[in-house]
Formats: sequence, C-alpha cells, structure tokens
Amino acid sequence: MPLITYRKALNEAFAEELSRDESVFLMGEEVAEYNGAYKVTEGLWERFGSKRVIDTPISEAAFLGLGVGAAMMGLRPVVELMFWSFAYVGFDQIINNAGCVRYMSGGLINVPMVIRGPANGGTSVGATHSHTPENLIANTPGLKVVCPATPYDAKGLMIASIRDNDTVCFMENTLLYGTTGEVPEGSYTIPLGVADCKREGTDISFITYGRAVLTALEAAVILQAEHGISAEVIDLRSIRPLDEEAILNSVAKTHRVVLIDENKPFCGISSQIAATIAEKAFDELDAPILRVTALDAPAIYSMPLEKLQLPTPERIVNKALTLF
Amino acid sequence: MPEITMPKLSDTMTEGTLLRWCKQKGDPIDIGDLLAEVETDKATMEMEAFEEGILSELFVEEGAKVAVGAPIAFILGKNETLTERSPSTSPPTAPTSSTSTSLTPPAITPGSSRQAVPSNTTISSIRIKVSPLARKIAAERGLRLETVAGKGTGPGGRIIAADVIHAPLTPIPTSTGSASSSSILPTPISGNPHSEIPLTNMRQIIAQRLLASKTQIPHFYLSIEIDAAPMVAFRKEFNTLGNKITFNDLVLLAVARAAMEKPKINAAFGLTSIFQYESVNLCVAIAVEEGLVTPVIRDAHLKSLPEISAAVKDLAIRAREKKLRPEEFSGGTITVSNLGAYGINEFCAIINPPQAAILAVGAIVKKPVVDAQDQIVVGQRLSITLSGDHRVVDGAVAAEYLSALRLLLESPNKLLPV
Repeated sequence: MPLITYRKALNEAFAEELSRDESVFLMGEEVAEYNGAYKVTEGLWERFGSKRVIDTPISEAAFLGLGVGAAMMGLRPVVELMFWSFAYVGFDQIINNAGCVRYMSGGLINVPMVIRGPANGGTSVGATHSHTPENLIANTPGLKVVCPATPYDAKGLMIASIRDNDTVCFMENTLLYGTTGEVPEGSYTIPLGVADCKREGTDISFITYGRAVLTALEAAVILQAEHGISAEVIDLRSIRPLDEEAILNSVAKTHRVVLIDENKPFCGISSQIAATIAEKAFDELDAPILRVTALDAPAIYSMPLEKLQLPTPERIVNKALTLF
Repeated sequence: MPEITMPKLSDTMTEGTLLRWCKQKGDPIDIGDLLAEVETDKATMEMEAFEEGILSELFVEEGAKVAVGAPIAFILGKNETLTERSPSTSPPTAPTSSTSTSLTPPAITPGSSRQAVPSNTTISSIRIKVSPLARKIAAERGLRLETVAGKGTGPGGRIIAADVIHAPLTPIPTSTGSASSSSILPTPISGNPHSEIPLTNMRQIIAQRLLASKTQIPHFYLSIEIDAAPMVAFRKEFNTLGNKITFNDLVLLAVARAAMEKPKINAAFGLTSIFQYESVNLCVAIAVEEGLVTPVIRDAHLKSLPEISAAVKDLAIRAREKKLRPEEFSGGTITVSNLGAYGINEFCAIINPPQAAILAVGAIVKKPVVDAQDQIVVGQRLSITLSGDHRVVDGAVAAEYLSALRLLLESPNKLLPV
C-alpha cells in the first residue's frame, strides 16, 4: 500500500468523489487557484475546473449558506473552512439550517454537505484560530462530526462523509496534514460511528480521537515499557454518531479508563463519554473515570506554553498511574 | 484538630483492643510520645503520636475493642481552643449489640458471652471505599466487604477488583446458618457452674480462619511413613560438627526444597486462576500461650540447615514474647505443623488459608518393620500427613510431592549445600 500523507489522503478522496459523482463540488477560500491554504485541494482545480472547485469571497456565513442551499437542491458541496474557528461567523447556517432542515421539513429535505477544515490548537496561531468545536457541533442533533487521526481513516471517512445524506462536520488537524500512513489506492469507505482499536491492551483504556490518538499511543508505549501497564487505545474516529459499544466493551475489558482529547474540558467530548460510561458501565469500573484534555483556558499564543496546554504523553502517563 | 483513629497494624487486623492509655486527658503530647498500647490479633503494639498538642478527648476506655479506622482520641493543636467534640462516628460508649458490629468477625461468638464483657464494644458504619467493579464481584461471590475493609490496594486504600477476587470468604450468618450454629454453641449446664473466658483477638482470628478453611476448602489427606533412620544418623553426625539442629529443622528444609521441585503444591486458589509461587515462604506453626501463630520463613528453600534452625528458634522465642512484627505473618505459601515433641505419632492438620497444603509431622518412633530381606527388625519411622486443597492439587500431584519429600528425608545428605 502506498505511504502517503494525511493531506494527500484527503486530496485523493476529493478526486475520487469529484470523478465519481457530478453533483460533488468543492468550495472555500483559496481552495481552487491557490490550491488551498494548507494545500489539501492541490491540483484539483486544474484537473476538474472552475465549476467543480470554486474560490469564494472571505465570508463564511455567505458560502456556508450557499452550500446549504446547494445541498438542499441536490448537490453535494464540500465546503472548506480555512480554520474551523471561522465557522463561528457562519453558525446560523450550520446549526439552524444545515442541522435543522431535515427535521423542520419533516424529513423531506436532506442537506448532504461536508463542512471541513482544520480544527486544532498547538500551532501558535492564537486563541481565535485554535478552536476545537467538535463538542459544540455534536451538541446539535442533526449534525454529524468526524475527527480522523490517520491518513487511512481520513480518506475512508471523507468518502463516506461526502456520500452521507446529512451534513457532516469533518474536523482535520494542521499538525496531522504532514503525517504519513498506508492508504489504499482507489475508493473505499469507513462507516461513520465505528471506532477503531489502535492498540490492544488489558489494563487500562484510553478513549480518544483526532491527534490525541497519536499522543495516547505514545503514552501507551511508555506505560508498557516503564510501568508494565498494558493500555488499550480506542480511536473514536467519529464523535457523532458515537460508537458507544466500542467504548463500553473496552471498559468492560480493562475496567480502568482515561479519556483523552484536545477539546476543552468543560462540557467537552470527554464529559459526554464519561457520562455514558458512568450510566452504562458503572459496575465495570475499578477506578474513577479520569480525563486528560486541553487545559481550560483560551488557546495560549506562546508556543512553549501551548504545547503544555494540550495533552502530552507525560500528562497521560501520570494520570493513568494514579489509577493503579 | 487531628482525630486519632485505631491504626491498622497487621494485614488481618479488623479491630484492636486498646489495652492501656499511656497519656491522660489533658496531657501535652509531643510527636513520638507513646499514646497507647494496642493489642491486635497478632501482637501487642505501641502507638505513637504523629501530632503535637493537648490530648483533649479520649473516646475509648481501656480494654475496649475498636474497629480499625474508628476514632479513639483527639489531639488539640497548640493554638486551638477546647470545644466539646464528638468523634466523627459514634463512639463506643456502651456495649452495642453484636449485630451492628460489622467489622468484628462473624457470629461465631456466642452473643451472651459478648455481652458478658462490658468493654467488648466496636464501631460500625464506617464508609468503605470500594470500586463499583469490586462491589459487584464481592456481591457475586457473597463476600462481605467488611471482611476486606482497610485492605484495599487501590489509590487511597480503595478496595479494587483484585482485592476481592481472591479474598477468603467468611461464613455469612443466615437464618438457617445461625440456627444450625446455635445448636453447636454451649448453653449453661445445670449443676455444673462454668466460667466464661472472653475470646482474645487471636482466638477469634483462629476461630474465623480455621472455620472458613475447614468449611470452604475441600480438604483431602495423604499420609506417608518415612524411614527416619538416615535422619537420626545424619543429625547425630551433623551435630558433632558443632551444629545444633533438630529433626524438625530437617523436615522444614526438606518441605521447602521439595516444594521447589514440585511447585504445584506451592500455590493458592484464586477465583479465576491458581497462584503458583516461585519461592517458598514457609509458615511454621508455633504454639503460644494464647493459641497458635504461623510466622513465615521467607525463601526457606534457599536456606542452609543451620540458617533454618536459627530462623525457627528466633521466631519461636519472639512469638512467645509477642515481639513478631505484623509483616512476619504475611505471605506464607505452605505450612508445617509438628506435634512430634508432644508425643503425637500422626495427625491431620487444617489448611492455613489461602495456601494449598499443610504438612502434619509426628514423632519419630521405633517400631517393627519388614526390611529388604523380609526380616522383621526395629525401625525408626516418621509419619507425615499432607492436607491438600483439592481445588488446587489432586491426589497424584500431592503424592508426587510427598515422594520428593521422602527422597530428601531418607537421604538427608541432599539437604547439604552442593
């Protein structure tokens, strides 16, 4: 299997779907002629032309609304946000329109749109460019949220998201764009709502998603080597739908759990998972449910400090050790 | 204002008797001062102060039994004022009925005898920290959480799954159970006055553990008779070299060495697995005035004969002086009980839980035996009976072990360093 980057894996997914389905088109700030701010759409404008890959003005509210309308009329727009942080000026379109139209229309009108772009801290671009809104979006019934950690998952989940008949908010990570992994050529899908066990373990479960999966895997290696503790790493891959069964099965296997994400802790994704475990697997717990999340503050601009704000392998190891 | 609680001084301690207060109410206390003497199930121990101040309250009278973790006194800090305080849980001011004393051993004591001793009081209603999983497993096994209270190995002393999976079960007094147990309890006999001797902590623990062992462990018994003539000759020669070993020393070392050769015997039954140990921690039953203790000789298989001999002698002396430390009672993997010195030729012992085997050793006796030439001659014989936990070992396994033991004892030179 070819070894390609996360960025290239997404690019392949777009190319596959643009070729396969004429209703698919890409839209966003500088996605076309400039090849994308993070080069995720590189070469696609040249190959598919201005009708399929469209540059927009700098107005998220406008082009998100355009996407909702196009999707309601039967197209499959893939709308890039240069940063998910910029979604906040288009929230009315995402929440009220994309998220509610199917329900408000009594199921008559679907909004098969993908809204995508990086949603991460850790790059010293300041608080207003570093939001992780997966919890905000997932709080809205009607919207789906996907946060892939690896190139393989990114491609398969993107193709599945484009083919999904509801709006999928696809959250990438600028720190992952350059990471590589084995990715099959051609088209394949990974169903939304199916977690993936990235590392089998017996003593403790790390439930995580996005870049935190890689951090958790590093922590698992340290725990095994230095403490003889076997950690299992469950990558949720999609936040909504959520693979509760995978979470509960892993807890039932290891009886200890640390939830890890780069979301802020207050009403964060891990809060939701903690509640699920407490409600449905209480008797499996041999220790309290603990979390390792971003520290509860606006994303810190200082690079050294921001590195500490996000989960590190050391923080995960130390938290895990308190459960033994 | 620090509250002083009954410390946990041994791994099986659930309550302690406050024998004597070494300070009076109102006395100034410095760190390290002797506060009290506490009798545990194993020994009498001194309790030191870890805080300084004024000893403002004593909640427990001398002679009272107090559950581990229950408050016994308050020390008032230097700048604090004296206010009326009561301990955070109800103090043992009056005899309580035995049904509420959740931390005492289960109802193997006649209720009447408990009430006959005014100081025999305990404290219940202490919140036990236990994980949800451990609570579930305990419920499934029928294990009373009180029996593992204070033994949690999780963070902050929380009882976790590992603590309850293998914890020995104590009998649960049920309506039928108490009815049948009451039928074996004594009642006054007319025309035959009796005195009632309160159970010591040690007596209670012996009663509790051996009842659990005999009722819960499926015992089986295998006996061998060993030709002890080589042992007698060996000991005589060995001791002419300036040593002073006993026959029991030979038996102890042979038991340990044989257990290394046949490790299946050096094991314990867990709920979901068998624990097979890699070294032999040999328990030696030692009679003391109050009853019986079984301190441990660690790594007994690695010791020489003089070392085993010295270790046993030391344990016996300190056991009788109640000077053994709590950790010297824990971690045993197999036990030897020797009643040969009392003129017992052979007997069966009750397994020392959670171990898988105990060896009952009798006296070396002269008796007629048939020798290799089919002649009846005077032989020296030693009977050893193994009691095994059939959940862990089967007859054939135990027999193999005994045959390894026989080989060592009938050729005691094998016990010398190579």
